Amino acid sequence: MAVRFAFTPESLAIRDSVRALLVRECTPGRVREAWSNADGRVPGLWAHLAALGVPGILAPEEHGGLGLTELELVLVLEESGRFAMPEPLVETAAVAVPLLRDVAARELLQAVTRGAQVVAVGLAGAPFVVGADTADILLMEQAGEVHALERRAVRLEPHTSVDGSRRLFQVKWQPSRGTCLVYAERGARVLREARNRGAVAVAAQLIGLARAMLATTVDYVKARHQFGKPVGSFQAVKHHLADALIAIEMAAPVVYRAAYSLARGDAHASTHASMAKAMASDAAELVARQALQCHGAIGYAFENDLHLWMKRTWALSASWGDAASHRAEVSRGLFEGSQAGGT
Amino acid sequence: MDLTYSPAEEAFRLDARTWLQANVPREPLPSGDTAEGFALHRHWEKRLFEAGWAVVSWPKAYGGREASLVEWLLFEEEYYRAGAPQRIAQNGIFLLAPTLFHFGTREQQDRVLPRMAAAEDVWAQGWSEPNAGSDLAGIQSRAVRDEARGGWRLSGQKAWCTRGAFCDWMFGLFRSDPSAERHRGLTYFLVPLRAQGVTVRPVGRLDGDAGFADVFLDDVFVPDRDVLGKVDDGWSVAMTTAGSERGLTLRSPGRFVAAARRLVELCRREEGRRPVDPLLRDAVVRAWMDAEAYRLFTWQTVDKLDGGGSIGAEASVNKVFWSEMDVRLHETAMRLLGPHAELCDEPWTKGFQFSLAGPIYAGTNEIQRNVIAERLLGLPR
Repeated sequence: MAVRFAFTPESLAIRDSVRALLVRECTPGRVREAWSNADGRVPGLWAHLAALGVPGILAPEEHGGLGLTELELVLVLEESGRFAMPEPLVETAAVAVPLLRDVAARELLQAVTRGAQVVAVGLAGAPFVVGADTADILLMEQAGEVHALERRAVRLEPHTSVDGSRRLFQVKWQPSRGTCLVYAERGARVLREARNRGAVAVAAQLIGLARAMLATTVDYVKARHQFGKPVGSFQAVKHHLADALIAIEMAAPVVYRAAYSLARGDAHASTHASMAKAMASDAAELVARQALQCHGAIGYAFENDLHLWMKRTWALSASWGDAASHRAEVSRGLFEGSQAGGT
Repeated sequence: MDLTYSPAEEAFRLDARTWLQANVPREPLPSGDTAEGFALHRHWEKRLFEAGWAVVSWPKAYGGREASLVEWLLFEEEYYRAGAPQRIAQNGIFLLAPTLFHFGTREQQDRVLPRMAAAEDVWAQGWSEPNAGSDLAGIQSRAVRDEARGGWRLSGQKAWCTRGAFCDWMFGLFRSDPSAERHRGLTYFLVPLRAQGVTVRPVGRLDGDAGFADVFLDDVFVPDRDVLGKVDDGWSVAMTTAGSERGLTLRSPGRFVAAARRLVELCRREEGRRPVDPLLRDAVVRAWMDAEAYRLFTWQTVDKLDGGGSIGAEASVNKVFWSEMDVRLHETAMRLLGPHAELCDEPWTKGFQFSLAGPIYAGTNEIQRNVIAERLLGLPR
């Protein structure tokens, strides 16, 4: 039969190796430390990821990449969300690498693929650039063009995120002939792709974040006793968490399908990306809410790790287009264009 | 992952579409939950059967096409897309048949399945009783052994039997060993509704149709050949298939994808007439996305089944999602229709009322959420 939804053993193997790395190197304690680090990141983690080839999953093999597809990357991104990994994976591996590949910026592509450089991305409409202070390269959009700038060529105005590992900046910069990577029609296409890629990537992270919050909460309500029983035996708690699981289970295949459509260059990839981001944002926000409620007061304590996951969820849910803006995109396709069809 | 159809699957879809386009009645049939409508729907089921579309996934010997699960999904998509009539045969072909394939003897399969496929016999289900709804193991209807005649005598009352007033047969659970623990001592029977001792009383539904029935049994004789599975093992017979294929077949995504497309058209029509609240348009988009999500989720499930996996409690995730999606979808339609939603013969209004039954039948959504929490998340009982 032709229709297959399952991931290949190779895709799952890459996911598993990243998971094994993150279990070891990206513990909740390390994530918490990243909140007070100079760069908001986990020391040494990017080098480990680079050793596995993660930054260059989408880069062609002749440039040192793994030459794989969005279907491998989406699972890695989901894992990074599960561990609330505070690294520029979306910007670098999911957005910058295919962009640099498509505009044939070979030197940059190779440096990023090797893990020698990381990227921050500032597309039009997004008020902040995450990690602009520690990125080696900033990819900035202006007037339908993409410019690559070194950090010393820009001026940064810091803002504080609820998620202490996300260092936000407004970036002041000047475009020049020398910084422009792509423009005109090709620029528009590259930018549309970049938006879709960013949306699907954070959608995958949101699924991972949601799965982790649900798992943590299930553990907690099994262990916590009130009225002489685990609180997880009460139907009110069960139903909150059942709703959380349903939301994740329905959103995840939409995210995987969006990755598949990106990999194939499907004509409906934009609609599929918007569906993925809208559903993953809503699902993860719901799970965050139920997780906090089912933890009770302890979940509201700063020393409990839950808020690290919740705050990342809130931040990602609102970035790369929130659920409402992506539904508006889907709406345009449904009402104005040809029916954004199934696959 | 590969979400393209094979040429064979495309051809199958095209065959279905072509036949449905040529054969689906132009005017909608009256409700199959009325006496008049039931007869017309039975006639439609026979036409489906004669053309080989009644039970596409079944063996050819029983009137099927041996279609794969993917092909079955494609058929369902085409069926609802074509606006074809409701399936009055569904309780038989989607709920009883998988159980018969799994537990039935060859004799039972040969005797029951072809007549079911051809709608010679239309089946009702007999699970609930006045005192056994969500707590299904509280079944009190009895089966008493009749050694002399080689069978059982059934007595008691079954409630909420869908289309029970018009059906020919009923399948259900009866207590064969009153001394056993609640979940044991139940036996799965096939019961002829025309038999002596059976009294069927139609019960009006919320939407006014006589779709329900109470079925009273007073010493109704059922021979041994109409016991499905082992005596006293009815609970596991009923539950084994409740989770597996039934989780997939009860409500296929095609139904909701088609309804969501109609909702988009309704919204477009209303927007052409008057200003429509943007939040309502947003609800339409959500409904469409939910239907697509359910479709993708189902493909994932099919892939799992084709890979040799099974689904059990996962079916509860399906059930809660589709039933609540269906209510939201119809609520949105009601709001789009405004004062016209009050009209009794408005199809969306009828559909809205039926959608409200979804979170109740086939196990209430509260029970389903308990199942999800206990069996998928591992929370304590």
